[in-house]
Formats: sequence, C-alpha cells, structure tokens
Amino acid sequence: MSEQQFEPVIVGFLCNWCSYRAADLAGTSRTKYAPNMRAIRVMCSGRVDPQFVLKALREGADGVMIAGCHPGECHYVEGNIKALRRYVLLKRMLKQWGIEKERVQLVWASASEGNLLAEAVDRMTEEVRALGPLRWRQAVLGGNGHKPVETAEVEVEVEEV
Amino acid sequence: MSEKVGVYVCHCGTNIAGVVDVEEVSNWAGEQPNVVCSRDYKFMCSSLGQELIEEDIKEHGLTRIVVAACSPHMHEKTFRGATERGGLNPYLFEMANIREHNSWATTDKAAATHKAKALVNGAVERVVHHQPLEPIPVEINPATLVVGGGIAGISAALELADAGNHVYLVEREPSIGGHMAQLDKTFPTLDCSACILTPKMVDVEQHPNITLYSWSEVENISGYIGNFNVTVRKKARYVIEELCTGCGICEEKCPRKVVDEVFEAGLAQRKAIYTPFPQAVPKYPVLDPPNCTYFERGKCKACQILCPTGAIDFEQEDELLEFPVGNVILATGYDLFDSNRIPQYGYGHLANVFTSLEFERMVNASGPTDGKIVLRDGESVPQSVAIVHCVGSRDNNYHEYCSKVCCMYSLKFAHLVHERIPEAEVYNFYIDIRTPGKGYEEFYNRLLEEGTHFIRGRVADVTDAARLPGEEGKLIVQAEDTLIGKQRRIPVDMVILSAGMEARHDSQDVSLMFGMGCDFDGFFTERHPKLDPVATMTEGIFIAGACQGPKDIPDSVAQGAAAAARVAGLVNQETVMMEPVRASINKETCSGCRLCNDLCPYNAIVFHEDQKLSEVITALCQGCGTCVAACPSSAINGAHFTNEQVFSEIEGILWDVMEHQAVPA
Amino acid sequence: MSEKPKLAMYWAASCGGCEISVLNIGDKILIVDEVFDLAFFPCIADFKHHDVEGYEDGYIDVCLFNGAIRTSDNEEMAKLLRKKSKVLVAYGSCAYEGCIPALSNLTTKDETFNTVYYENQTIDNPNRVVPQVETQVPEGTLTLPSFYNTVKSLDQVVDVDYYLPGCPPEPEQIWAVLEIVVNALLNDGPLPPAGSIVGAGNVAVCEECPLDKNVKTITQFYRPYEIQPEPGLCLLEQGLICVGPATRSGCGALCPQVGMGCRGCYGPLEGVDDQGAKMLSAIASVVGVGDSTDDEFELEEMIDNVMDSLADPSGTFYRFSMAHSLLERVKANGNGTNGGEVK
Repeated sequence: MSEQQFEPVIVGFLCNWCSYRAADLAGTSRTKYAPNMRAIRVMCSGRVDPQFVLKALREGADGVMIAGCHPGECHYVEGNIKALRRYVLLKRMLKQWGIEKERVQLVWASASEGNLLAEAVDRMTEEVRALGPLRWRQAVLGGNGHKPVETAEVEVEVEEV
Repeated sequence: MSEKVGVYVCHCGTNIAGVVDVEEVSNWAGEQPNVVCSRDYKFMCSSLGQELIEEDIKEHGLTRIVVAACSPHMHEKTFRGATERGGLNPYLFEMANIREHNSWATTDKAAATHKAKALVNGAVERVVHHQPLEPIPVEINPATLVVGGGIAGISAALELADAGNHVYLVEREPSIGGHMAQLDKTFPTLDCSACILTPKMVDVEQHPNITLYSWSEVENISGYIGNFNVTVRKKARYVIEELCTGCGICEEKCPRKVVDEVFEAGLAQRKAIYTPFPQAVPKYPVLDPPNCTYFERGKCKACQILCPTGAIDFEQEDELLEFPVGNVILATGYDLFDSNRIPQYGYGHLANVFTSLEFERMVNASGPTDGKIVLRDGESVPQSVAIVHCVGSRDNNYHEYCSKVCCMYSLKFAHLVHERIPEAEVYNFYIDIRTPGKGYEEFYNRLLEEGTHFIRGRVADVTDAARLPGEEGKLIVQAEDTLIGKQRRIPVDMVILSAGMEARHDSQDVSLMFGMGCDFDGFFTERHPKLDPVATMTEGIFIAGACQGPKDIPDSVAQGAAAAARVAGLVNQETVMMEPVRASINKETCSGCRLCNDLCPYNAIVFHEDQKLSEVITALCQGCGTCVAACPSSAINGAHFTNEQVFSEIEGILWDVMEHQAVPA
Repeated sequence: MSEKPKLAMYWAASCGGCEISVLNIGDKILIVDEVFDLAFFPCIADFKHHDVEGYEDGYIDVCLFNGAIRTSDNEEMAKLLRKKSKVLVAYGSCAYEGCIPALSNLTTKDETFNTVYYENQTIDNPNRVVPQVETQVPEGTLTLPSFYNTVKSLDQVVDVDYYLPGCPPEPEQIWAVLEIVVNALLNDGPLPPAGSIVGAGNVAVCEECPLDKNVKTITQFYRPYEIQPEPGLCLLEQGLICVGPATRSGCGALCPQVGMGCRGCYGPLEGVDDQGAKMLSAIASVVGVGDSTDDEFELEEMIDNVMDSLADPSGTFYRFSMAHSLLERVKANGNGTNGGEVK
C-alpha cells in the first residue's frame, strides 16, 4: 500500500457456489486484483440480510459487495433473485441515506468467472477510493456515535431582531 | 463464557508464506481475545499439521479451531476431521481463506499480510459463536427413478438394475432408445447404431429390476433425498398392454397415414396407430387420437376389429401412478437445433437442404429411402454434397458453445456419401475441426484421404440464385475460405446442415420441478464442473448425458454409469448423513405471517393452519438461508450461518477500521 | 412525608401522547395515586428542575421517561433523572428508539431549521431569526438548549432499565407493567431482568392480527388512500404496507384491524438489530416480479418498476426505529460530506 493513497475496505458477501468459487478460481489462476475486498462466505446471495450490509457499513466498511450466481444459475434455483429484489429496494433506501450507489454493489459471477469477479473488485475499489472513506461511526455519527454536536459548528445566522 | 481458540496459519510451502508474513499473522492472532494458542506451520493439511491441532486440543483444552490456509472448498473437510479427532464437534471449526483469496491474488506483501489478519480475525470472532452440530441421518429408499430412456438413461438403469436395485424408467416417447435409435452409424467405428443399441433396449425390457413406463411423463415430484414421491402420468396408448402381443396387425390394417415428424424427421409416414420403429421397446403400439379416423368421425375401428387379442381400447384414459423412490437420475437428453432459425441456410424453403437428422434417417438402411442418398424428389442421386458445420453452435446469435459431436458426425456423413456415391464431391465447411476422442483424429485423417474437400470458413448463405455458369439448378454455398482469404461459391446438389445440440425446450420446467438449476443455455447444472459432474445441487438428484451439456454416445454412457454408481453408493449406505446447515423456525416466535412460505425453492416450508405457524421440513431444506434473511421477526435460524455468527465475522474482519471507533465504556 | 414509593414522569422530545396514555389506564390511576407519591411530573403537577436536583440520588423509585433526545436539555434531564432514579423506564417509542422525532435523522439540523424557521409556508421570518444558544441582551446573557443534529434514544445517552414500547403504549400494557413494579415495591415481587422490553409480546403483530393470511406475492404497492382493502384479508397481501410482521405484538393489532397497516411502533423483535432492514428484506423477497428465466439485465428494471410504487422506503420502514437503526442517521446529501458531526 502506498503511503498517501486511501485504501478502501470493502466487505464482500460471496455465495458459496458461484462467486466464492469465482474468487477461488481467480486465486488459483493467479489473477492479481485489489486486496481491498474481504470476503465473507454465505451459502447463497439469498442469505444476505440487508442488516449485514448496514452492519458492515456501520462498523467501518467503505463499501459492500454482494456477489451471487447469475440469474438462472443459482444453485438454490432463485435465491439470487431474492437477493436482487432486496438489493433494488435497499439501493433506493441507501440513496435516501446519502450513501453513494458505488458503495453497495451487486455482482453476478459464476464459478468459472474468476476474472470477472477480480475485475469487479478492482473496479469497485477504484470507485470507492474516488469517493473517499465512509467510516460511518467516526465520520457520520462522530466518535462514539452518540456524541452530540456542538452548536457552534452548525451554521447559525443571526440578524438583528 | 469464554472460548479457547487455537489459530493455525499455514505456509502452504511458499504459496502463502511467499506473500503473507505468516509468522507475523500468527503472532498477531495470538494476542487477540479468546485465542490461547497460535501457530504457523509449513503444511497444515499434512498429517503432521493435522496432528498439531489434535494435540493442542487435548493439551490446551481448545474449544474452537481456526485454520488460515486455502479455500474451505479445498480442505474444510480435512480440518473438520482433525477437529473431530481432537475431540471437538467438527463444526466448532472455521477456515480463513488466505491463499486463493489473498496470497495468490496479490503481490503486495504488506497488504496481503494485513488482509490475512482481517480474515483470520473474522474467523476467530465467528468461530466463538459456532455451535456444535450433528449431521442429519436420512434413510434411502433403494428404488431409483430414471427419467429419459435414451442411451444415458438406459445405461444408468441397467447398471443400477444389474446391481440389484429397482429402477423406474420413465420415457416420454412410445419407445425407449432416444436419439441413438434414429442414427445409422456411430462414429468413429461406424458401428451400426441400432445393432449395438437394440440389445440394451431389450435388456431393459426384460430386466426383472426395471419397471418401464414409456409414453409417460413425470407429473410431479415431492420429498427429498432417500424419500421422493413421484407421480407419473402414463398417457393413454389405447392399447391394453396385458393383451397386446405386438403382432403389428393393427398398424398394418390402419387406413390412416400420417407424416412421422418425430422418428423419421418428416421423411416418411407412419400409421395413426404405430410403433415408431420395428425394434421399439416396449413393442406395444400407440394410437394417436388426433389422426385417428375413429376419434375424428366415430367410425373405422379397423384396428379394434382386427386385433386378434382384443387389445384395442378406445376408452382408455391417462393413468396417474405414484411411487416412492430414493434417488433420481435425469437423462432427458437434448433437442436438435432447429435449422429454420437460420433462414439464410435455406432449410424449409430450399428443398435439397437437409438437416443432419434427416440425413441420418436417409442413410439408415431401415429408413425411408432404405439407405439411398437421394434428393427431396426421392430419386435423383446428388453428385455433390456440402456439409455445413456449426449450425447453431459457436455462433453468438444462437449458441456460443460448441456442440461437440457435429464435427465427428459431419465427417461420418462425408464418409457415408463417399461410400454410397463414390463419384460424388463432398465439401465440409468448418470453423475448426474438433476431434478430441479416441480414434477421432484418425477418422479425420481417413476422411482427408478419402478426398473430402475441407473449406475453412463459416457459411454465409445457401442460395439457389445462380450467378455464374454451372450454378443453374444447383444450391450455391457461399463462404469465405479463410485459409486462402477468398470468397467462394460452391454449387452443389445437396446441403446438409450439421445442427448443434441444445437443451430440451422444457428443461427449465423440468429443473424447477426437480428443484435443481439450469445454466444460461438450459443445460442442467452439475454440482461441480470438474469433480462432481453427475451430481446436482439437490441431494438425491443426478444428471447424465446430453441434458447436462452436448455429449456423444460414449460420454453419455459413461455419465449414465457414473450417475448409477453414485446412486448405488447411496443405496448401499442405506442412510446418508446430510450437512446440518439447515434453517429452522422457532415456534415460540413465529407469528405465522407467511412471508417465508413462498420463498423456498424446495417447498421445505409448510404452514400449519391449525397452529398458525410455519415450519421448515429439515430434510427438504438445502440450507440456502433465503428464508432466514427474509424472516422479518428473526424467527428463522440458519444453522452455521446465524446472524450472530455473520455479525461477529463482520466485526472481526473490520478490526482495523473499527479499532479507533470503539465505544468508550 | 409519606413513605410511599416515588414516581416520576418526564417528557423530552415527544408529543405528549405518552402522558395522556398513562391516564388511559382509567380508574386504575387511582391505584397509582394510592401506591405512589409523585416526585416529578411536569405535565400534571408543578415541579421544578431544582426540586429534582435537590433529591438524593436514587430518591425516585420509578421514572417513566418519554420522548427522544433532541436537545442538550433533553440529555441533561435524562442524566439528572438517571441519577435520581432507581428504575429508569424508557417509556414509549420515542424514548425507546427515537420514533417520529428521529425521522429527522433522515436529514440534518440545518435542513430542519431551514424548513422550520425559513421555508415553511406558515412562517413569516423576514429577519431570518433562528434560536440561539446564547443571546446577549442588555440584562445579560440568555441561553437556550442546543439543538442536536442527530436525535437519540434515551439509552444512547444514559443506561436504561426497562423499555416500554408503543406510540403510545397501550393502557393494558402500561398497567401490566405498573402492576409488576407496584408488586415489587410493596411485596418484594420479582422484577424482570434489567434491559428487558416490558409491556409487549415476543412475537410479531401478525400473531394478534385476525386478518386472513395467505402465501404472499406482491406485484404492486398501494398507499392507504389508493385502494379500499378487501375486508378480512391481510393488508400486506393486498399491497398495502404493513410492518406488522417485523413488529412486536402487544398492541392487539389495532391498526390492521381498521384497515391501516401496522406502522411498527412497538419496535423490532428480539434478535433483530434493524427493524427497517428486516422489513425491507421481507417485503422485497416477496415482490413477485421477475424470475430466473428473465433476462439478467431486464430483471433489475422489472423489479425496480414495482419498487416505484413503494413511496419513501426509509420513512416507511424506519418510522419509529431510526435512532435505533444500525446506521442511526443519514449521511448528509450523499455529496461526499458527512452529517456535520465531526469536530
């Protein structure tokens, strides 16, 4: 890691059958990609509870990648479709929350698409790098997350009464 | 309650240690909460590495194990075994993937070491919340359902039956035999297809362990490995099988002729009551009501009147049969690519353009022309024949994949033309000649010697619009000859389109019915493309033959036998242990909202109307966790992937960005 | 002075409905009066801040604290009452998890002030006056509490012994809890473990809801004014948002029974960290559009079209639980700047 560059931390929720194996394959074929994604294995992208995404963001992740099998290829038939439905709604909500869309991405990668997954990680890393850190508790909630803001920092205009 | 975690960081020779500072990771891990013992070792998967774990469990009283090494797909089983031998429940183990996901994916040593710490810490935090789990035993019904009576299904059925297991073989068509029964010769040996297939078909018919339902389709299947319940629709044949002797008088006397689109590929006619071909198994004919004079006009009954045993029954209805089986082998085969979809190749509007299946029937000695190669007029013998490879295959507009068999059968066609019409010129238009198989390349070389013209280039179109002298009355095949870099127009009398194989048109429905996956192209998805090609993601459902992907006969036979071996293995065990990664619904906290009821692809969630509660049938559940994620009141627990475990792993892998954010006490 | 146990009730950022809800227990209020002495209850009796300051620590036996923490004054009172009370109850949804006031965590203090003091159509504020923490006047310095950027629940500023959810809590539930407390104080009866949620069920609202429930597939969402729900049938199945499946029971499913989907005021069930995310997950899962046979790229659009009919997901799913949600508030405007709380 170079000294000055911001290194985003991305949590990846990878399904056991396609995308986790895609990451395995990327490794086996010695495809080099950004070391910024830290994978958590779930059995299916359908297991990804939106709470997982929010939890990862709360605990300091700069981005979250959900990866599953392509539609029609899910090893559990349609778990990935459930994941997609949730993702579509979650995306709308995250927009309301001011979280840039690049920070939470859904990627399809089959077990044979190691390069595709690696490219997705590279791409997302750069996108999140460009956005800068999120570091929720520190930057958005402030320190312990429960600390009140000082009034002085809030723009207050006073004019003569 | 605090757990005692042992952490083992594998060097994997230099595979990991070359990039990750394993010693540093191990020392660092040793300082983390709950970790009482942390080591790095050259090869954790070696027996010495495994013994290390076993000894530490005993010596240090470890209660949880983390191994940071390769992918869990590689060695999770291995280390679960070591954990168990050390005296712990095997599920009190977690693996951190620092090879495939880390050391092999980057050259940045500092970053890799840092990431390894995060992954190890995630595993440590997670494993603390692991619960001991017990595999779930399931009894196996020894009977097996084989769907599809082509060569793959036949070989699967025979292997299983020969091993003493009962098989129900269900075939949609009136006879078993599949596509192979339509073929003339088989490449590269030029064995007569029927001669090698018919004995197998007869074996099926006579085998005491095989119940054959032809002219039948699986209507429904429920249950789970070891305990499926199958419903088969036995379509009305209008022939009482117990009485029919297969004498053929009904077919002979039937006054109504119909074009046979199925077996004879439209080149010949059959009767309204018919057996598709003389060697058909079973021998009982099938009556085709839409084409039967009696069904149309209420009179005729020639077959019924003349049947010596009174076997014709116009009142017969479809029967629904139900029976239990323990396993299923799907061998539903393929559809031939429909050449009409490529209009520029002329099939359908240029008479002398034939599909490969039409040609197979034509060259078959028992086929519509008694094996004579003739043009559509039924008389003229072609003096020049073009064989177009890769029709519908290796074409982004249709199928990207290679159909694997077309090169070889196209070579076979060329050979057959040479054999039957020695003076004819044969042109094979190919993209690449693919002959990977025993004796296949030799066969290609033989064709080269026989004088076939090979033109390397995808055919642009086939037309009857003559432009140059010598083209009148001919079919002109236009292609770029990529070896000489020129457009070529070859006038021929006959064009054969070597259509590719595609998934059955209804493969998606079938995969949904059996609760397993299909790929983009509609072929059934195997559990592992290399190491588990005949199993599917659904326990107890196996696949064989071309329903899994394009395949030739020996590959289909091998897969049929392989699937049979897998089933026989399960049947011999009598019970199987299933991974306890399963969902379960807490009765105390389920509100009966029914949001989860439609989410399970395996119908494992049932609603008890009386108690207003939903329940997961453990044996049906495959453990995907979709319902767990969806349950709005967290009443569904996903064993081994609980919220608590995943949340802890999230916290663990984010140790570096969380550290300075900790809430002060 | 009598030796009766001391009761306090205080409102922070709240609507006052919680105070009224206590009176809703009907003539049982007389029992409350009989058992307790009021130590602090600004809504109904004249107590001053310095009265409370004068109490010994732990003087108040039970303090029912309602309202969220919106200002420095709310926080100060929470800390004071915590010190002076043996048992501090987060009473009602605001104190428990932020409730309606915490919906302003979907925006910033600046935006809130902007709306309230400048842009609201009923506001005439030509001099652009906004409240100041300190204002100098000839007589000296006037002070006001500071207005926080983020609304917090009571337990985000002090330790809380019990939570009594509801907006407001239902009378029977209030009484049930008071009964336990009275019994504990008078007869040494058992108290639930600290941190418990009291006066609510452990199962979702659906359990109490008499509407018929079927397998759910939703292809279109409706807002309550858009359709007349079919009586007797689960509202969610009809496309009307009902957060009942993700909400603790205890209310008797009052809202769904009159054709209004549950809003979620009793908060999440045990094991749920984020009520909104869970409801989002459940509802999205049953959106019956698109399956694995559809084109990969069209799928997302098809689903997105259905979601168009679901207005304001954050406000809908986090109506009561914003302060207690995993992220607690939004990041301002998504323009890369933070919510304004960094020193």
